[in-house]
Formats: sequence, structure tokens, C-alpha cells
Amino acid sequence: MTNGPLLVIEDLVMSFGGLTALMNIQLRVARGTIKAVIGPNGAGKTTLFNIITGVLSPTEGHIHFTGRAISGLKAHQIAALGISRTFQTVELFTNMTVLENVMVGRHLRINSSFFGCGLALPHIRRQERRLRAQAMEILDFIGLADKSRLLAENLPLGERKILEIGRALATDPLLLCLDEPAAGLNETETEAAARLIQAIKEQGITVLLVEHDMKVIMNISDEITVLNYGEKIAEGTPVHIQNHPQVIEAYLGDGTII
Amino acid sequence: MLQIRKAPIAAGMLFILIFPWAADRIPGIDHYPDVMIFAGIYCLITIGLSLLMGYAGQISLGHAAFYGIGAYVSGILTTRYGFDPWLCMPIGALAAAAVAVAVGAPSLRLRGHYLAMATLAFGVIVNIFFREQRQWTGGPDGMTGIPGLSLFSFEFDSILSYYYLVWGIVAAAFFFTIALIQSPVGRALRAIHTSEPAAAAMGIPIARYKIFVFAFSAMLASLAGSLYAHYMNFINPGTFDLFFSIKLVIMMALGGMHSIWGALVGAVLVAFLSLEWLHFFEQFEILIYGAILLLVTIFLPEGLAGLPAKLLERARRPS
Repeated sequence: MTNGPLLVIEDLVMSFGGLTALMNIQLRVARGTIKAVIGPNGAGKTTLFNIITGVLSPTEGHIHFTGRAISGLKAHQIAALGISRTFQTVELFTNMTVLENVMVGRHLRINSSFFGCGLALPHIRRQERRLRAQAMEILDFIGLADKSRLLAENLPLGERKILEIGRALATDPLLLCLDEPAAGLNETETEAAARLIQAIKEQGITVLLVEHDMKVIMNISDEITVLNYGEKIAEGTPVHIQNHPQVIEAYLGDGTII
Repeated sequence: MLQIRKAPIAAGMLFILIFPWAADRIPGIDHYPDVMIFAGIYCLITIGLSLLMGYAGQISLGHAAFYGIGAYVSGILTTRYGFDPWLCMPIGALAAAAVAVAVGAPSLRLRGHYLAMATLAFGVIVNIFFREQRQWTGGPDGMTGIPGLSLFSFEFDSILSYYYLVWGIVAAAFFFTIALIQSPVGRALRAIHTSEPAAAAMGIPIARYKIFVFAFSAMLASLAGSLYAHYMNFINPGTFDLFFSIKLVIMMALGGMHSIWGALVGAVLVAFLSLEWLHFFEQFEILIYGAILLLVTIFLPEGLAGLPAKLLERARRPS
């Protein structure tokens, strides 16, 4: 491993037909930091996430992760390299239990041979017990251990978002991409989410964050990048961003007040 | 947590074991073990379909083709090349799997109705192949003289011995599949069914899983076809036509797509309906299937397998 940035995005362009969603984006995420990407609705934040995680292929540009080119790889290949994510619209496995959701998150780290599983070979059974224990540890960490047997769809939104983070953590990521972890949460839930994100950083996991809640952003991010209409208009520390005239204009123009 | 309960399995096994003995003692149904052989053959197909449709969420309207591939591989290799029937089963299964991978790789990218149409077209094409390739398949007349199965000097030529052979294989497929469902593979399949983006983000190679399950279900269908051919000693293309693919879907819908129990219940019921109880209606049979499919989808979307839970819920909330 080098000491360079974990994620480097260079000259990234994404267009859908005639619409350019991202224009010439440069982005670096340093190891062990929390980096936030903010911007008004439609600024291209989720598109950026979808490109980093392999859901979309960029029109132009390069993405390097731990020094390796990853643009054009499929989503599951990128997950295997150590990038995990949550979704803005919460994509849990609703018909599975809380515990099972986290167990699916371990998929990359386990043996899932078709015939080994079908024949219930001893090593698969041992693995299943180990897997359960590991998943419980993660549930302990995110504070959902007592709900392990509930179906994911029966959790309130706040806990669903937390569970999604736990499921992503189960992949043992180097980089965790969180798409609006506080959206739709009340104040208490938002605080819990922010504390969790900081605890994740303390474990040495780098976090890339898209968020609208300015209080969360300003409190926990090390560096912020601001997008507007697909372009990067500012970058820097929270204090720097808060006083950046273009940022204020972009948000006031949108009717939102920081 | 998805847990397959042990008590129903034990009850089911006991039922299968003593069924021929019991049927023999009840007047009027002493020929039911013969019907149960076909039911077992159908079960083999629906177990695979349950994994494909119920767990992985992919629709197939072409599984009669894989059933036919197994039957014709067994028929052709034994009658024309003198192959041992036991050897034909794995060969047929591998052939079906190869065809499934070739067909599945492009068509599993499709979803919903498009996938249904692609598999339906595939089934029709294979059936035309069975009908037209006379020098291989005997054309519309089919092929005769397919040998029965024997092990060392034991011949599986009685209904009873074939019954236990078929249901033994069904049990093996059943236990394999329930182990699979409760393993990381089963969770991955259910994950794909609920959210493909999230499954991919967890590192699950979606395309590979879909193709694997498609191929596995094709292998089971092919095995069923081989068992059919060696039991009947005669096959013709009509057995493996579009109507049979649709019958398979009726079995799945009637029993319940989302449960392996549903696959078994549906297969057994449709076997008895088509071979016994609806015989009387002759050409109106298809109308009755239509009505069953309609009623089940409206009143029992979870199929018969969902009935116990539904009744239990109703009993708890009397109003």
C-alpha cells in the first residue's frame, strides 16, 4: 500500500445523452478521513457515487483506487476491491432479518461454493456459525444487536439507515460511501448516525459522504467538496466552505440556507 | 431467519415411504403409486424452478425444453449408441446445463416479461427441433424401445421399485436445495431477488448467480426427463411442449413460488389433476387449469404453501 490518496478521480465527465451530469471533476480522498460531497439537488452527487461504485461507467476520465484503475469495472468487482456503499433510497434486503442482511454483507469474505453449500459440508457449517458471530459483532457496533431477529422491513427508517451502514461495514471496506445517511431522520437519529460515522472513521475506514444536513457535514467532515450543476465550485475545510461566496450563492439561489 | 422446519420433512418422508403400502389397501386408488412416479418426476423439475423463480426471482416458461433434452439424450444414446442408461443421466444433465448457460447468458439480462418471452421462445424452438430432426428424434412419432433402469442384476421394472427410485432422487434434490437455500448461496439469491443494486454492492456477482441457478434447474429438469424416458420406454415431442412449460408454472403458482414446499405440493397436485382427476374433462382440461391459475393468483397469491400461515393469522384475529 502506498501513502497516496485512497481514491483519485481525474477529469471525470458523465453525460446522459445531451445532458452533462458531471463536468471535468477532480477529486481526491485521503486515507482515514471523512470527505463530504455537497451541493444542491441535481448537482450530480449520486451520479458521482454511482460511478465510483461501478453502477455507471463514466463517459470520460479516470478513477484510481489504492493506485489501481477501477473505471469500467462492474459493481461487484469494485466491492471486492474494498469500496462499499449505502443507498439514498435505502436498499435493504427487506424480507431478510437484520442479522441476515449483515451476513450477506460478508459475502465477499466467505466460501460460497455451490456444491459445498448444497451438500452442507462441515466447513460450510462451521463457517455459518462464524459468520453469525461476526455479523452479531457488527450489530453490536452499530447498536442493533437486540433487533437481530426482526425483519429489516419492520425497522423504523433511522434504524434501516444504520443497518445499511452495518451491512456495508460487513464487507470490510477500505472506503465507505454513504449516500445521504441522515436524510429523513429526526434530530436524535441524525446525531446517532453522525456518531456512528465518526466511530467508523476511528476504526481506520475512510468515509465518502453525500449529505444535505449541514450540521452533520460541518461537524464531522475533514474536507468538503461542493458540486453545482455537475461542476466542482469549491473544496476545503468546513470553515473554508462555510465562508465561500460561490457556495453561499449556489445554496441561496436554490432557496436553501446554510 | 429462514429455517426449514424438520417436522414437516419427517412427516413428508414418512408419507412417501408408506404411501404405496397404504394405496394398495384402499380400493380405487391402488394405481396411485404410478401417478406418484410422475408426480415425483415433476417435483424434480419444480424444486429447481422454485430456486430459480421463488428465490432468484427469474421466470422461465421454457423448462419443458430441458425436460425434453434429458429425455431425448437418454433415448438417443441408449437406443442408437447402446450407452448405459445411468451414464445418460449425467450426460443429459450436462448437455442441459450447457444449453442453459448458452441461452441464459444473454437472456438473463432481460427481466420480467422479456425474460418470460425469451424462455418461451427457446422452449418452442427446442420442441420444433424434437419434431423435425427425424433421423435423431424420430420426429412427431417419437422414439420407442428406450431401456429401463437396472442396478447390477436388480431391474427397476416394477412400479414400486421405480417409485422408490424416483422419490429417492427427489429427496436427494430436496435436501441439496434446502441446504443451498439456508447457506450463503441462498441468501445471495434472495438478496438478488430483493435488490440487485444492493446485492452487487455487497460483491455478489449477479449474472453468475442467475446463470448458475438457471443451469442447476435445467440439470434437474433434464434428470427428470431421463427418469421419464426410462420409465415410459417411449417418448414423443408432445410431452415436452409449451403446454407442459405452462403446466410447470401452474404447479409453481398453485403450490407457492416462494417456498420449496409449494414446489412439491404443486407438482403432486397437478400430476394428479392431469393424470387422474381431470381426465374426464378431456379437451376442457386446459380451461380448468386457466381457472385454477386465475383463482390462485387472486385468492392465494402465496399459493397453497402460504395457506397455513394465512389460516393461522385468521384464527388469531377473529373478526
